[in-house]
Amino acid sequence: MSPVAAPTNETGDLTRLSAARMSELLAAKEVSSRELVQAHLDRIDRVDGAVHAFLRTMPEQAFEAADAVDRARAKGEALGPLAGVPVAVKDVLATNGTVTTCGSKILENWTPVYDATVIEKLRAVGTPLIGKTNMDEFAMGSSTEHSAYGATHNPWDLDRIPGGSGGGSAAAVGAFEAPLALGSDTGGSIRQPASVTGTVGTKPTYGGVSRYGLVAMASSLDQVGPVARGVLDAALLHAAIGGHDPHDSTSLDEPVPDVVAAAKLGAARDLKGVRVGIVGQLRGEGFQQGVLDRYAEALGLLEDMGAEVSVVDCPSFEYALGAYYLIMPSEASSNLARFDAMRYGIRVAPESGPATVETVMGATREAGFGDEVKRRIILGTYALSAGYYDAYYGSAQKVRTLVQADFRAAFEKVDVLVSPTTPTTAFKLGEKLDDPLQMYLSDVATIPANLAGTPGISVPIGLADGLPVGLQVLAPARADEWCYRLGAAVEAALEDQWGGPLLNQAPALPEGTASAAKPVSGTEGGAR
Amino acid sequence: MTAQTDMDPTPLDFDEAMERFDPVFGIEVHVELNTKTKMFCSCPTTFGAPPNTAVCPVCLGLPGSMPVVNHKAIESAIRLGLALHCSIAPSSRFARKQYFYPDVSKDYQISQYDEPIDADGYLDVTLADGSIFRVQIERAHMEEDAAKNTHIGGTGHIQGAAYSLVDYNRCGTPLIEIVTRPVEGTGAHVAEVARAYVAGLRDLVIALGISDARMDRGSIRADVNLSLRPKAAPGEDQSTVPLGRRSETKNVNSLRAIEQAIRFEAGRQAARLAAGLTVKQETRMWHEESKDTTPGRSKETAEDYRYFPEPDLLPVVPDPAWIEELRGTLPEPPAQRRARLQKEWGYSDLEMRDVVNAGAIDLVEQTVAAGVTAAAARKWWMGELARTANEQGVELVELTVTPQDIAELEQLIAGGKLNDKLARQALAGTLQGEGSPAHVMEARGLAVVSDDSALTKAVDDALAANPDIVEKIKGGKVKAAGAIVGAVMKATRGQADAGRVRELIMERVGV
Amino acid sequence: MSVLSRDEVAHLAHLARISLTDQELDLMATQLDAVVDAVAVVQSAVTADTPATSHPLPLTNGWREDVVQPGLSNEAALSSAPREEAGQFRVPQILGEEP
Repeated sequence: MSPVAAPTNETGDLTRLSAARMSELLAAKEVSSRELVQAHLDRIDRVDGAVHAFLRTMPEQAFEAADAVDRARAKGEALGPLAGVPVAVKDVLATNGTVTTCGSKILENWTPVYDATVIEKLRAVGTPLIGKTNMDEFAMGSSTEHSAYGATHNPWDLDRIPGGSGGGSAAAVGAFEAPLALGSDTGGSIRQPASVTGTVGTKPTYGGVSRYGLVAMASSLDQVGPVARGVLDAALLHAAIGGHDPHDSTSLDEPVPDVVAAAKLGAARDLKGVRVGIVGQLRGEGFQQGVLDRYAEALGLLEDMGAEVSVVDCPSFEYALGAYYLIMPSEASSNLARFDAMRYGIRVAPESGPATVETVMGATREAGFGDEVKRRIILGTYALSAGYYDAYYGSAQKVRTLVQADFRAAFEKVDVLVSPTTPTTAFKLGEKLDDPLQMYLSDVATIPANLAGTPGISVPIGLADGLPVGLQVLAPARADEWCYRLGAAVEAALEDQWGGPLLNQAPALPEGTASAAKPVSGTEGGAR
Repeated sequence: MTAQTDMDPTPLDFDEAMERFDPVFGIEVHVELNTKTKMFCSCPTTFGAPPNTAVCPVCLGLPGSMPVVNHKAIESAIRLGLALHCSIAPSSRFARKQYFYPDVSKDYQISQYDEPIDADGYLDVTLADGSIFRVQIERAHMEEDAAKNTHIGGTGHIQGAAYSLVDYNRCGTPLIEIVTRPVEGTGAHVAEVARAYVAGLRDLVIALGISDARMDRGSIRADVNLSLRPKAAPGEDQSTVPLGRRSETKNVNSLRAIEQAIRFEAGRQAARLAAGLTVKQETRMWHEESKDTTPGRSKETAEDYRYFPEPDLLPVVPDPAWIEELRGTLPEPPAQRRARLQKEWGYSDLEMRDVVNAGAIDLVEQTVAAGVTAAAARKWWMGELARTANEQGVELVELTVTPQDIAELEQLIAGGKLNDKLARQALAGTLQGEGSPAHVMEARGLAVVSDDSALTKAVDDALAANPDIVEKIKGGKVKAAGAIVGAVMKATRGQADAGRVRELIMERVGV
Repeated sequence: MSVLSRDEVAHLAHLARISLTDQELDLMATQLDAVVDAVAVVQSAVTADTPATSHPLPLTNGWREDVVQPGLSNEAALSSAPREEAGQFRVPQILGEEP
C-alpha cells in the first residue's frame, strides 16, 4: 500500500488539502498540478461571487505553468516542494503581462513589464499563479473596504470584513480558493487578515524577502510574506520566496532561516525551556473579552507544552501606533507621488481650465485615488513639511528608536513575545469606514514589529462568538524560525482539541453567484 | 507702478560697480560622472541614443522598482572629495527631494541632503597674475540627473509650448554637486576667480578621470550666485559688513558665460543698489545670446521639498582602508602638474596659460613624450591646430590629429622630406581624415624635391626668364637671388628644397 | 483646538497635487485634525536627545558593481504611457521651470 493515499479517499476535494499534502501527492504523482489548478479555478467560480477575494484570475498562465511542472515531473526532474502547488498573489506585486492595480483606480490599466522578485522566484520553482487578490487601495486599510473594486467578504461571515489590507489573500486561502497566497505587511496587513479569517500569516524579518516589485506603501515598513491555512504551509512558501535580492539593497544578504524545519519541530509540541513573554501593553484596554479569553487559553497551552511564560514590559509600544501613523503616511506620500499620469496609469483632464502638467496631475490624483489614500498622502505631506518635520516625522522616528530598544531589552529576557494579533474579531463591513481613527486601532498589536523589523506570525487560536481569534508570535529579527516553531506547536495542540483545522468549522459558502474576478487570457501586454 | 519699481535700471559698468561694492559669490557645480551605468540602476549612461532606449523599471520610476547604488559612483565621489581636501563622511546617506515634475520619474530626486559624502574642502585656483586664490568648498554630494524634456509647439521654449516630450535616457545619470562656501575677498577679480574655479574643477575631474567634463554637452553645469555689499569704510574689516541679498543664476554652461554672467549680475545689482532699490533674492536665467539674465518664473509658494531619508537605500559607510587605497590613486593636483610641466618645457607664463586655456596640456605632454621638442609641440598645437579647432568650433582633442601625428610630422621635417610649407599641407590632409602625415605626403606627392637634375632645369629656366636679376646677382646683389628662389619654388609647387635651390643658383650664375 | 486648518489642508493638497473638492476639503480637515491630534502623542514620548532611526535594521552599504544590464525596449517602456509620440512620453504643457 502506498503511504500516500489517493486524494479522493482522503477528502473528496483537492482544495481542502494543505499545501504540504498537495506537495506530497504531486511528488507521488497521485495528482497533477493541472488538476490542482483546475480544482481551485472551479472553486473560485463557485464561491468567489460571494467572497470577492480575486480581482483577476490567470487560468492560461496557471495551466501553462502547471503543465510545465507536470511534464518535468514525468521526466523525473528534481523539483522543489511547491512545484505545481497553486499560489494566489496580492495585487500589490508586479506581474509581468498581467494588470496590477493595487486596488486602485489610478492603476486600472497598468500592465507591468517586469516581475517582482518574489514572482520571479515562484515562477522559477513552478508554482502556478492563479490570480491576483483584492486589497485595500495601495495596501492602506484594515478591512479591504478601501479597494476601488469593491470589498472582499469574510468567509466566516459574509457581512464582515476579512481584514486588510490583504483581505483578498486571506479570504482566498480561508475560502479554499487557493492553498497559499502572497501578502504584504506594513502595519499588519498579513497578520491581521489572517487573524480575522482563521488563517496563518507571517510578516518575515524586514529584508528577509525581497521588496523589488512590491508597489511600495511605506518602504521602511513593508515586507512580503506568506498566507496559508497551516504553519508548515506558510513556512514552505516563506522558504520559496526568501533570500537576498541584488535589486533590493535592504534585503538581507544571509541565508533564510530554516523555517520549514522549525515548523516541523514545533509540531512535536515540546516547548520545554522556551521563554515566552506576554507583552504587558497588549492585553487589556480596547481588547474584546472573547479575544482575551482565547488568548488566555493559548497561554495556558504554551505552559502545558513546557514554555516559561512571563510578562514583559514594552512601554514605548503605547506610542507605536502614533509613530506608525506618521512614518507610514510620510513614506506613502512620497512613494505615491509617481502616480502622476505621465508614464503609466490613467490620465484625467481637469474639469475646467487649461490642461497643464500641474492641473492634469491634480485632476488625475483626485479622480484616481480613494479617500483613505488621499487622507494618508495629505497627512504624510504634512508630517514632512517645513516647520513640522521635527515635531511629527522626526518624533516618530525617535519613537521607532524606543520601540526597537524595547524589543532588544525584551529579547534579552525571552525567546518570543506573544499577544492577540488583533484587539477584536472581524467587524461588520461599513462599521468603521467613516472613522479612520477607529480603523487604525485594528493594527495596535501588529505595528511594533514593523517599526522594529522583527518577524511575526498569526495563528488561529479559536473562535469568539463564532469568529476567529489569532495569536501573534513575535521573534527577534533574523530569528523567524521561532515564530514557526511556536506557531506550529500551538496549532498542533489546538487542532488536536478541535479534531482538525479551525477552518473545518467555518460555515459552507453560498455557491453560484457569478465571480467578479476577471479571467485573464494569456497576458495583457508586458515584456519579457 | 509696482511693475516700474521692479524694473532694473541700466546696469552699471562692471568697474564702477566694483569701485562701489564688494562682491561675494558662490557656485554650485553639477558634474556628470562617466560611469558605465546610472546612479541607481544598471542602464547605460549614453549621450545621443534614441529616446527611451536606455531605460528600465528603476529609472522610469515604475511602481515597485527600487534603486541600488552604483559602487563606482561612490568611488568617484570619494576620490573627488579627497582631491578637494574634503573630509569623507564615515557615514552618509541619501534622501528624497520631493517635487512634481515630468522629468523626475519618481516625482522625487534621490540626493544627499543633511549627510553628504564629502565636506569641508578647498580648491586653489591660479589667476592671470600668477596669484593663487583658495576657494572653500562646503560640500560635495551624490545625486541623480533628470530626464530631458523637449517642448513642442510655440517657440520650442517651455513658455508657450503646446506640450512636451520626455526622454528618460538621461534620468538617473550620476551627478556630483559641488557647493562652495561664500567666496569673499575677490574684489574686482570676482569674475576671474569664478571662472578659474570652474576651470580648475573641470581640470580636476578630467585628471581624476571621473567625468567627460564636456560643458558643451552639459556634463558640467554651473549655478552662480552673487551678492553685493557696501565697501567697508577705511579701517573697517570688509568681512564684518553683512552680506547683501543674492541672486542665483542658472544655465551658465561655459567658462566664458560664468565670467560674463557674474559681470552682468554685478552691474545689474549695483545699479539697483545705487538707485536705492533692493536686490530680490531670486533665481535668474542666463541667456547666452543676449549675454544677460532674466528672472525665472516666480513661484506662488516657497518650495517645500519635504526631504526625508531615502528608505530604499542604506547608509554609505566606506571602509577607511578603501578610502586610503583611493587616496593612493589620486593624480598629481592639476596646479602642481602645470607648474612642473611649465618648468620642464621652458614655457613663459603667457605661453603656458595659452596652452592650459586651450585645453592642450595633455596633448602637448603626449606630443613631447612622442619625441617632439616642447617648442615644436606648442607651435603646432597652439598655431595651425588651435586655429582649425577654433574655426570648426570644436575642442583640440576632438580633431583627428593625434600627438603621434605631430611626432611623425616633425620627423619628416627633420629628415628633410617636408619643409614647413609642405608639412602644413600634410597636416591639412590629416585634419581632413586622409590619414597620418606620412600617408598624406605619399598620397598627395608632397615630398621635397632635392633631385639636382630636376632642380637644375628649373633653376636654369628661371635664370633664363630673368636676365636682369642674373645681372644683379653677378653685380654682388646676392639678396636678389630670392626672386629666383621664389620662381623655382612656384614652378615646383613648393616642393623644392629651398636651400639647395639657392646653392644651385649661385653655382649656375658662377658667383 | 484645531491643529490643522482647512487652509492648511488645501495647501498640503496642492503640494501633493490632489485637486480636492471643497466638500472633501471640509471633511478631510475634520478627519485629519483628529488624527493629527491623536498621533501627536509621539512628541511626549521623546526628548531632544533621543536618536532618530529611519531603518528597521542597522544595515549599511548595499550597492552594485558598475556593469550594464539589459533594460527595457522602447516599446516596453512606453507600453503603459497615457500618450506617446516619436518614442517619447507625451505630457501636457509644463508651466514653470524646473525647480
